Amino acid sequence: MGIVPFLAYVGAFLIAPTVVVVVAAFLDGEQRFTLANLTEIAQGYISRTFWSSFVISAASAVIGAVLGAVLAYVVATGNPTGAVRQAITSACGVLAQFGGVTLAFAFIATVGGAGLLTTALQNTVGVDISGNWLYELTGLVLVYSYFQIPLMVLVFLPALDGVRPQWREATETLGGTTWDYWRSVAFPILTPPFLGALLLLFANAFSAYATAAALISQGAPIVPLQIRTALTSEVLLGRENVGKALALGMIIVVAIVMALNAYLQKRASRWLR
Amino acid sequence: MTRRALISGVAVGAALLVSACSPPSSDSSSTSSSAASGAAADAKTAKSAKDLGGLEALVTAAKKEGKLNVIALPPDWANYGEVIKGFTAKYGITVNSAQPDGSSQDEINAVKSLKGTDRAPDVLDIGMAVALANTTLFAPYQTEKWADIADAQKEPTGLWVQDYGGYMSIGYDSAKVPAPTSVADLLKAEYKGKVALNGDPTQANAALNGVLMASVANGGSLDDISKGVDFFSQLKKSGSFTPVQASTATVKNGTTPVVFDWDYLQGGHVKDVPTWKVFLPENATIGGYYAQAINADAPHPAAARLWQEYLYSDEGQNLWLKGGARPVRMDAMIKAGTVDKAAAAALPEVKGTPQFPTQDQLGAAKKVLATGWAKAIS
Repeated sequence: MGIVPFLAYVGAFLIAPTVVVVVAAFLDGEQRFTLANLTEIAQGYISRTFWSSFVISAASAVIGAVLGAVLAYVVATGNPTGAVRQAITSACGVLAQFGGVTLAFAFIATVGGAGLLTTALQNTVGVDISGNWLYELTGLVLVYSYFQIPLMVLVFLPALDGVRPQWREATETLGGTTWDYWRSVAFPILTPPFLGALLLLFANAFSAYATAAALISQGAPIVPLQIRTALTSEVLLGRENVGKALALGMIIVVAIVMALNAYLQKRASRWLR
Repeated sequence: MTRRALISGVAVGAALLVSACSPPSSDSSSTSSSAASGAAADAKTAKSAKDLGGLEALVTAAKKEGKLNVIALPPDWANYGEVIKGFTAKYGITVNSAQPDGSSQDEINAVKSLKGTDRAPDVLDIGMAVALANTTLFAPYQTEKWADIADAQKEPTGLWVQDYGGYMSIGYDSAKVPAPTSVADLLKAEYKGKVALNGDPTQANAALNGVLMASVANGGSLDDISKGVDFFSQLKKSGSFTPVQASTATVKNGTTPVVFDWDYLQGGHVKDVPTWKVFLPENATIGGYYAQAINADAPHPAAARLWQEYLYSDEGQNLWLKGGARPVRMDAMIKAGTVDKAAAAALPEVKGTPQFPTQDQLGAAKKVLATGWAKAIS
């Protein structure tokens, strides 16, 4: 019985919306069955948004995972009760959640067309970094990295902490070098959690909406913005269910990612607990 | 359970959730509205103030409701800030303004999703395309000034009535960029990274009209807007185009020194940027009107109708005019001498004959934009 509140919560906020989205993706305006919403997604200009969503999610996930892993390694090998670790983990806890409009605004105010840094560089050294890169896919990758790196630190740190110093000592006792240790012990053990974290970062970027919405107002180049267009456009009307079909596509992508992640978690848990 | 029943079941659940979460003040309003229930019931079906026994009775009924829900009315859009203040000052009715930056489609979505709650929008200010596609959601109503409005600008029973309009224009900060003499001037290097639209043309009506203007100005027409799309594509290649959505804030902080927008929205920027000027290109004057409608399920039906009476009164029309919009009764008011002459004189000068796109032309334009816009500016 104790699980009832949890099931009610999941039912109301996860299962019910998913059912609504999946069902409505196959309905037309008169609630009749149709495949038109799905065929509309197949049109070039919409299917391209899935590709660019994939590219920026992958790019920001790789950047976040690599830099985050390095930072996490520095933290993990430092003093476990030291001030550096305290400061970095709590900063990461805050920054990993610092997405959305506030983050977009921070970047616009700093490096946007009339941003603080932009104008300062123009006035002092005469370098012009203005231009539109911030409002395009390049800008999104940079801005997303801002919350991806701290998130990576948070999810990868427990895995690094799980690596026992005894394993290294065992390697050395058996006559292995540092290279042997990394190649045969640490790397194989850390690969599943690293890939799992990479997938989590990918899903995180894939579903991010508010940051992109605040930055990009032209062309809806990624799927969440394409959904916005379908739901709120005052020009192209009656496409609400196309939006649901797009959301269905996102659910499928995220489901695949999560299934892979679950598999990797299982692999990782053999060693790290 | 059929799919349809399942969906409506979820919707009802959501509606219950929403009404359960509404603030406790709904108790007091429900008692006051039950006292006024006789008048409110009439107000729901009243097609004019006469049906309720005249304007006085409408005012009494609306005051009893005490509240009006509006949506997607930015205070700096056609002077809506003052219009709302004026209405509250005159009748003592609180105006709840939701989602000021929402789109016309957001308004329709709110009417559907908040149906039956006391937070649903009472009145709507929407683009013509959205108005024509959703007439089943509106209540017919004719204000006292109904006769002043041309037949082409209203639905015969009053389901929608055009309210104010203007012309597509180029606004620019004369301190930062040279004055453009044509639309094509914007391709020059002086405008690098400075030219913005008020939104994405596949989403926002105002931006769509910006593309229409570019089409006509570059030798295209309203029937075939490909020249307009090409122009923005060139603007993107020359580096002039900035994908930032223009707003009062971006104009104020200098991110968008050149903006395609309705002339009545440009006028509002002068108070933030005194050097802001408005340019209407010759022979490429594209006009457009917005429309008013009353939600058929308005939670405050009398206040909704009184709001319409206020908007179409000389006072309401002059407030829009003060915001730089051209109110629908302007010609009649000029004849009657009730127009705000100073505000009328401040409107930007129109050279050549304005063109108003038809629904067919807009339909064709949308098809081109849906598939071609993202490609043109990427």
